[in-house]
Formats: sequence, structure tokens, C-alpha cells
Amino acid sequence: MPRTDIGKLSFILLFAPFALWIVLLIILPQLGIGYISLREKVGPGEYTFGLANYAAFVSEPIYWNTLLRTAWMSILVTVMALIIGFPVAYYIAKIAQRRSRAALFLMCLIPLWVSDLVRAFGWIVILRETGLVSSFLQKIGLISGPVEFLYNDATVVMGLVYTVVLFMIVPLVSTLDGMDNSLIEAGYNLGGSRLTVFRRIVVPYAMPGIVAGCIIVFMLTAGSYLTPILLGGKNSMWFTEQIYEQFVTRYNWESGATFGVLLLVFTSFVVWLGLRLTGQNLASTVAKD
Amino acid sequence: MNVAAPQSSFLRWVYRFYMLAFLVYLAAPLFAAGMFAFNDSMFPALPWNGFTLDWFFSSTEPKIGMFHDRRLLRGLQNSLIIGVAVSALAVAAGTCNAFLFERKQFPGKNIFYIMMIVPLVIPGVILGISILVFASMIANGLEETFGIEWDFLRPGIFLVILGQFSFLTTITSLVIGARLRKFDIALEEAALNLGATRLRVLMTVTLPYLMPALFSAFVVAFLVSFENFNTTLMLVGSDAPLTITMYDRMVKVGSTPVLNAVSFFLMVGSGLLALLSVVVQRGGNKEA
Repeated sequence: MPRTDIGKLSFILLFAPFALWIVLLIILPQLGIGYISLREKVGPGEYTFGLANYAAFVSEPIYWNTLLRTAWMSILVTVMALIIGFPVAYYIAKIAQRRSRAALFLMCLIPLWVSDLVRAFGWIVILRETGLVSSFLQKIGLISGPVEFLYNDATVVMGLVYTVVLFMIVPLVSTLDGMDNSLIEAGYNLGGSRLTVFRRIVVPYAMPGIVAGCIIVFMLTAGSYLTPILLGGKNSMWFTEQIYEQFVTRYNWESGATFGVLLLVFTSFVVWLGLRLTGQNLASTVAKD
Repeated sequence: MNVAAPQSSFLRWVYRFYMLAFLVYLAAPLFAAGMFAFNDSMFPALPWNGFTLDWFFSSTEPKIGMFHDRRLLRGLQNSLIIGVAVSALAVAAGTCNAFLFERKQFPGKNIFYIMMIVPLVIPGVILGISILVFASMIANGLEETFGIEWDFLRPGIFLVILGQFSFLTTITSLVIGARLRKFDIALEEAALNLGATRLRVLMTVTLPYLMPALFSAFVVAFLVSFENFNTTLMLVGSDAPLTITMYDRMVKVGSTPVLNAVSFFLMVGSGLLALLSVVVQRGGNKEA
């Protein structure tokens, strides 16, 4: 009975689309930008290979400053999203009544389904010179003329936190949801203060959720394009903007590809470091629903 | 008494106030973007000049409503084409992946599983440029060696579909795989014992069970595709989807409330779709 043959055939049929997808759309294209990044144009249709593009990146302070700035701001956004999101997740998972819990969670998820573009546009309407905040402050007499709240770093960070904080809350809620209240009670019974119980019981329990949230938030922030550009203006100095400029505006694919490789290596390194320091692995943190 | 909650009533009120402030923070930009779609003014700003639906339906200059704005409508049409095509493809591939990883045992399965997750953690801009570079390399190679011109490998709708497919498939695979994991294999065995062929079991037992997951995977993929910007930006040709059209207008022309109208339309549309998917998902879980 060709039972095993059927098994083999169905395996091949199921594996083929997976292999085509991963090889043609992920692996080969990534190798493609790696290849282009090592190429240097010397004449029309003539190329040499080497690390010249990477050397250009190192020798041009504006490029690596942009990368460093993107990195620092992404870390800042991640930390702020954690600080702002943790109490919200804790409230939804541990404090809210059963019925209001689902409603609260759903309310927190709604903005997730609205395009980044619409959310950034909303902030522009609120914060620009002729926007709601400026008009309101003029009306109550706190300021005498219109004030521009866009195009500064604080606004960019605030807008980025807004776009990513939900990705922090969702994994936190799902881990905290599994925590038994008797753990907290035991902590108090053993004489722990609020702070001790929080630090020694709640945070360690929520660690997988914290790591998952931080990784997703960091990746999304470092790779974001719309929010820094629309809220930060032309001088926002965001690394993805450099990539876009090299590729589309200057048509310099070699250096654009180099920047792409650097961003990918950098973000992968941070994710790897985060997983390593906390002893988690990628499949269990990102793929959990 | 909930031990997890703050004990003093003052702190409980502070906590409640914090939650309220957070929800206001979440809602504020959505509210601001939507509200000015109905303001009878040339600019999306105060003062409030009265209610109007002109920014949706007016067909006369200078107020062209979104349903009479040819470029916005073409963008909407492109978004719909791309969204439906890429969601259908991603659901098909995601179903294959779900069966592959839930039903089959093969060497290196863990590594392949991680490879399946990886597209989600590659920044969208990089997925975009890498597919752009790779497609152009193939197109250039074909042109130089064989003199064939394959235009669909140049930036345009086809590349946008490929680019979005590359990471949406991970999402659909995870959604469908999670549902397949809960499936009781005894149901299939029963059907096989009763004499059904494998294909028939798949069509009448397994796939109907997966239906809610297939539907919500499709909706999620469609929504993410519709609002995707980063990957699409790198691959877009002359036929831009709605988000790109809107962005161009936001940056270059300066905005009239027609953009607020589009924002309102998108919010209501995606809100309804997301709600529908939640309802279907919940119905599916109840019967299971």
C-alpha cells in the first residue's frame, strides 16, 4: 500500500510553496542587496567589488550619526512604550472586571487597525501651527500667537510611542493574564511591600511578555518611515529616510543597499542581544498569539 | 477584594484617571483626523464653520469630494486589487504552511519554522528594497542575455503584491496554524474509517473547521495590505495605491479636508472589517 508515498507526495506539495516563498522572496533578495552593497560603479556598466560603500558610510559622519540617532531614539521609544504600556496592560489583565476587560482590550486594539498614515495625519491636524492645540492655547490666552508643535524630537518620540505602544500592550496582557492572583497574595502574606511584590513577583512573571513587546516595538520603530518624516519634517534624520533617498532620489542603489544591510544587521543584532540576555527564543516570543 | 488592585481608594482613582488619559491619547488623533472631514472649510483646522458632506460627495471646484476625485478613486481601486490578490495568495500559502508545520514531521523543522517567522522581524523598508533589487537583477539579466523585456519585474502592482506577500504569509500561517493545532484529529480518522477519501475528508471536515481562521486571516491580510506603506513605497510604480496617493498629497500639495474624508472612510471601513473578523473568530471558537 503506497501510504508512505502519499505522505511523501503531500509533504513535497506542502513544502514547495514554503520553499519558493522563503527562497525567492526572502533569502535571494537579501543576498541580492548584500551583493549590490559590495559593488562599486567605476564606469558605465563596469563594476569592481570591495568594501568601498561601507568605507564611505564610516567616513561620512552624517550617515553613521543618523544610524546612531535612529538607534537611540528607538531605544528611548521602546523604554517609554514599556513604561506607559505596562500599567495599561496590568489594568486590563488584573484589575478590570471581567466584562469591561474585553471592551477595554478591544478599545486599545482599534487604533491598531487604522493606517499609520491616518494616525500621523491626525497628529498633524492637532499639533501644527494652525492646529487644535495651538488654537486652544491662544483662545485661553496662554500664548499670544500661533505656535508650531511639529518638527521637533519630542513630537517624533511621542508619535512613535503612539504608533507602537499597542504592540507592547498585547503581549503584556497575554502574559499577565496567566498570572494567578494568589502569587501576589502570597507575596503580601510573606510581608513583602508593594514595591517588592511588583519587583520580585510581577515583573519576573511578565518577563516573556516584556521581551516580546520590546523586540517588536524596537523593530517597528527602527524600521518606521512615516511617523518620523511626517511629524519630524525634512530634518528628522531617520535612517530609513536615508535609504529611501539613496534609492529613489539619488538612484544610488549601491549605497542604498549598503545602508539597508547595515540597518538589518544592526536591528538583528539588537534583537539577538535582547533574546540572549533574557534567555528567550524568537519562535516563542514573536509567534505567540 | 482584588489583591492585584491598589488598596487605597485614592490610588484606585489615580489609576482609573491614568487609564482614561491613555484612552484619550489613543483616540485623539483619530478623532481629529475624522472630525474635520465634516467641517465646511477649505482647511482641516478650526474655526468650525458648520457641518457639511461636501468633502465626500461634492463635485464642483474648489471642493472636490473624495468620491469625485479621480486620483484618489484610482488609488482606492489599486489598493482593492492589490489587497484582494495578496490576501488570497497569502491565505493559500498560509494554509499550506499550517499543514506543513502542524501535520508533517521532517528534519530541520525548527529551523524552517524560525525561517517562517523571520519575515515579520525584517523592517518593511528592507523587504521592499531587497525585492526591488532582486527583481531588477533578474529583469536586467533577461534583457541583456535574451533581449526579453519583462515589464512586470519593474516597480508596479505586481512587485507590490510580491513585497506584501513576503511578510503577510507569515501572519496568515500563524493564524491558520493556531486553529489547525486545536483540531481533533479523531474527526478525520472517523471520516476515513467511514470510507471517505482523503480529498473528501479535507473538503468536508478539515477545511470547514478551518473556515473562521481562513476568513480572519484573509481580513487581517487585507487590512495590513491596505494600510501598508513602508514596503509598498519602495516598489510602487505609476499605479499607486491609496496610502501612497494620500501621502504624496499630504507632503507636496498641503492638505484640504478631502484627506480627512479619506481618513474617516478608511477608519470606518477597517473598523467594520476588524469587528467582522472578531465576530467570526469568536463564533468559530465557541462551536469548537
